[in-house]
Amino acid sequence: MSTGSASNPLVSDADEHIHEGHDHKPKGFLARWVYTTNHKDIGSLYLLFSFAMFLTGGAMAMVIRAELFQPGLQLLEPNFFNQMTTVHGLIMVFGAVMPAFVGLANWMIPVMIGAPDMALPRMNNWSFWILPFAFSLMLMTLFMEGGGPNFGWTFYAPLSTKYSPDSTALFVFAVHLMGISSIMGAINVIVTIVNLRAPGMTMMKLPLFVWTWLITAFLLIAVMPVLAGVVTMVLTDKYFGTSFFDAAGGGDPVMFQHIFWFFGHPEVYIMILPSFGIISAIVPTFSRKPLFGYASMVYATASIAGLSFLVWAHHMFTTGMPVAAELFFMYCTMLISIPTGVKVFNWVATMWRGSLTFEVPMLFAIAFIVLFTIGGFSGLMLAITPVDFQYHDTYFVVAHFHYVLVSGAIFSIMAASYYWLPKWTGYMYDEGLAKWHFWCSLISVNVLFFPMHFLGLAGMPRRIPDYALQFANVNAVVSLGGFAFGLSQLIFLVVVIKCMRGKGERAAAKPWEGAEGLEWEMPSPAPYHTHTTPPEIK
Amino acid sequence: MSSTSSEQHSTEKTEAYYVPSQSIWPIVGAVGLFLMAFGAARWIGGGGDQYSWVLFLGSVVIIFMLFGWFGNVITESMSGMYSAQMDRSFRQGMSWFIFSEIMFFLAFFGALFYARTIAVPWLGGAGNNAMTHEVLWPQFQAHWPLVTTPGGITTTAMPWQGLPLANTIILLISSVTLHFAHINLERGLRTQVKLGLGLTVLLGCIFLFLQAEEYIHAYQEMGLTLSSGLYGNTFFLLTGFHGLHVTLGTIILFVLFCRVLKGHFTPAQHFGFQAGSWYWHFVDVVWLCLFVFVYIL
Repeated sequence: MSTGSASNPLVSDADEHIHEGHDHKPKGFLARWVYTTNHKDIGSLYLLFSFAMFLTGGAMAMVIRAELFQPGLQLLEPNFFNQMTTVHGLIMVFGAVMPAFVGLANWMIPVMIGAPDMALPRMNNWSFWILPFAFSLMLMTLFMEGGGPNFGWTFYAPLSTKYSPDSTALFVFAVHLMGISSIMGAINVIVTIVNLRAPGMTMMKLPLFVWTWLITAFLLIAVMPVLAGVVTMVLTDKYFGTSFFDAAGGGDPVMFQHIFWFFGHPEVYIMILPSFGIISAIVPTFSRKPLFGYASMVYATASIAGLSFLVWAHHMFTTGMPVAAELFFMYCTMLISIPTGVKVFNWVATMWRGSLTFEVPMLFAIAFIVLFTIGGFSGLMLAITPVDFQYHDTYFVVAHFHYVLVSGAIFSIMAASYYWLPKWTGYMYDEGLAKWHFWCSLISVNVLFFPMHFLGLAGMPRRIPDYALQFANVNAVVSLGGFAFGLSQLIFLVVVIKCMRGKGERAAAKPWEGAEGLEWEMPSPAPYHTHTTPPEIK
Repeated sequence: MSSTSSEQHSTEKTEAYYVPSQSIWPIVGAVGLFLMAFGAARWIGGGGDQYSWVLFLGSVVIIFMLFGWFGNVITESMSGMYSAQMDRSFRQGMSWFIFSEIMFFLAFFGALFYARTIAVPWLGGAGNNAMTHEVLWPQFQAHWPLVTTPGGITTTAMPWQGLPLANTIILLISSVTLHFAHINLERGLRTQVKLGLGLTVLLGCIFLFLQAEEYIHAYQEMGLTLSSGLYGNTFFLLTGFHGLHVTLGTIILFVLFCRVLKGHFTPAQHFGFQAGSWYWHFVDVVWLCLFVFVYIL
C-alpha cells in the first residue's frame, strides 16, 4: 500500500547519525534513568518494570500450579497458598498489565500524535518511580510475621478486615501509591492527547491505540480514587474501629463488594481497551488494508467504557440482591457484547481479502482475536444470572478471566512488543525464536486454561489449595500447561535481550510493509527527541 | 477548557513545547511517599511508635520536594518559558486532578447513600431480609441517623444548626472573597487581591478552628466518635477528609498570598492562582454536599 519516503534503510541510518549529534542523551545512570523526563526512557522503564513483575507474578503462579498438581496439601501451608493467589493477582493486575500499557502509551502516544513528549514530563517520571516503591511495600509483607495479604486480590471484607494479617496496612498503603501513580499517569495521557496533537491531527485521525488509551485514561481517573476510598475504609475498619463492612455497627460486607466492583469492573476494561487499540494497529498492517470501520471502533470503545460503569454487580449475583437489580445488571452486561462484537467483526473484516502475512505480531494478534472471543463468550455465560449461580466462585470464572487477561491482554502486549521492538531498539527481533515463543505460548496457554472451564462446571471452587479426587487428572494437565507457559515466556526474555543488545538485523524505519502512522516515518531506533516541532498532518 | 484548546491550536504551529530537562524532584517525591506509606503502615499496623518518625521523615521529604519542584516551575514560568499551550496542559491537568478528587469523595458519599437506603433498612428487616433481622438483632429499629447500632453502640446525632451552619456561611463567604481576589487580579488591582486572598485564608483558618471545636464537642460531650457505628464512621470520614482538603487548600492559598506579596502573577498569566482557586471552590462544593447529606437530611 503505502511506500513511504522514510522507509529506505540507508536514509534512515544516515538520519540517525545526524540525529545522534542532537540527541543529548544524558550521561550517567542517575541522570539518564532516574532524573529523566524523556517519554521514551520512561516508557522503557515502565515496560522493563512490568516485565520483571510479570516474571515475579508468574513465579507465584508456578508455585500455585505446583501445589495443585496433585490433590492433598503437597508443598505449601494453606495460608501461604492464599498469599500466593492474592499477590499473584495483585502483581499481575497492578504490576504487570497496567504498567505495560502505560509504558506503551508513554513510548507511542507522543510519537503517534506528533508531540515532543508527554504533556507533563516531570510528573511522568514521578508516576513511574512510585511503582517500584509501591511493590516493595507489597512484597515485603510476604516476609513479615503473619505473612502478606491472603484475602484474594479483591480483598473482600471481612477477610481483609476482621481476619486479615497485621501487614494489611502495608497492603493498603501500597495500593494507595499504585493509585497515585495510575492517576498521574492517566492525567498525563489525557492532557497529552487533548492538548499536544500536531496541527491537523484531528480526533478522528488519531490511531486507535491513542483513542483507546484516551478512554482508558478517563476510566482510570474515574475509578482509581474509588479504589483508594474502599481501601481506606478497609484500613479504618481494621485499625480504627469503624464498621463500614460490619453489620453489627450498621454497615454491610456487601457494601464492600459494591464499592470495590464499581472500581473493579471499569478496571477490567482498563486492562483490555488498550489491547483493542494494539490489535487495531497490527491487523491492518499485516493485512495491508486500512482498518475496517474506524469510526465504529471509536464509538464501540466509548460504549464499552460507558457501560462499564453500569455492570459492576454482575460480580455479585449470589449476594442476595433484589431480583430487579439482578435483571438490570444482567441485561447491561449482555449489552456489552454488542460493541465488543462490533470490534471483533471489524478486525475480521479488515483481514477479509487482505494480503495477509504472518509475522509474529500478527500471529499474536490473530490468537488474541480468537482467544479473547472465547473469553468473551464465557463472560456472556457468566452474565446470565441463573447460570452464574452455578459458575460463581468456581474455576470457570478463573478460566474466563485468564482467557481475557492472559490470551487477551498479555498476548496483545506481546504483539505490541514484537511490533514496535524494531522501532524501540533499532534491531529486528529473532523471528525464529519469536515463532517458538508464539507457538509454545499458544499451545500451553490453552492446555493451561481451557480445561479449567470443565473443572469449574464440575464444581471445583477457586482459591483452594486442595481439591476432591475426581479433579486430579485435569489439574495435573492444567499444571503441566502452566509450567510450559511459564517456561515459554523465558524465550521472550531471550528475544528481548538479544534485541536490546543489538544482536540481529538493523531495522528499517518502516520494517513492516503495510504499516501506517507517524512512528514509521522516523528512523529506527526512534531518536531520543522526536517531533520537537510538530509535523504537519495532511 | 478543552474546547478553547482546539480552537487555538492552529495559531501556534511553530512554537516549541517546553520539555524540562532532568529533574531530581520526582525521585525525591517517590522516596518521600514510600517513607510516609511505610512509616504510617508499620505504625498503624502495630510495628511500634518509632515508625511514626519514619512517617514524619517522609513528610519532611515531601515538603522539601514540593518547595524544590514548585520552585523550579515558578522560576521557569517567571522567566517566560511557558507557552499558552503549556498553560493549557497545566489547566487541563488540574481539572482532571479535581475530577479524581470528586470521585474519591463519591466513594464515601456512595457508602453513605448505600448505608442509608439499603444496608440499614435491610438490617431492620426491610425487603427480603426479614430473617437477618429476626435471628440476629430482633430489637434493632432501622432509622437514620443511626444513633443505636444493631450491636448496641449508642451515640447522638450532630445537629446542623450552630457550628455546621456557621461553617457553611464561612465557606460560602470565602468563595466570594476568593472570587473577588481573582477578578481584581485580572484587573491588575493588587491591593484588592491581597485583601481578598488574605480574607480567604483567614476564613479557611476560622473554618478549621470551628471544625476542631465541633470534633472536640462530639468526642467529649456527645459521645459521637469515629467508632460509634456507621453514623460516626461516615460523619468523621466525610468531614475529616473534607477538613484535610480545607487544610491543604488553606496552605495553597497562603502560599499564593505570599507569592502575591512578592509581586508574582500578572493579569494575563496566573495559572497557579487559578488552580488554587479552582481547588478552593471545589472544596466548597464538597462542603455544601456534606452539609445537605450529612448534617441536614
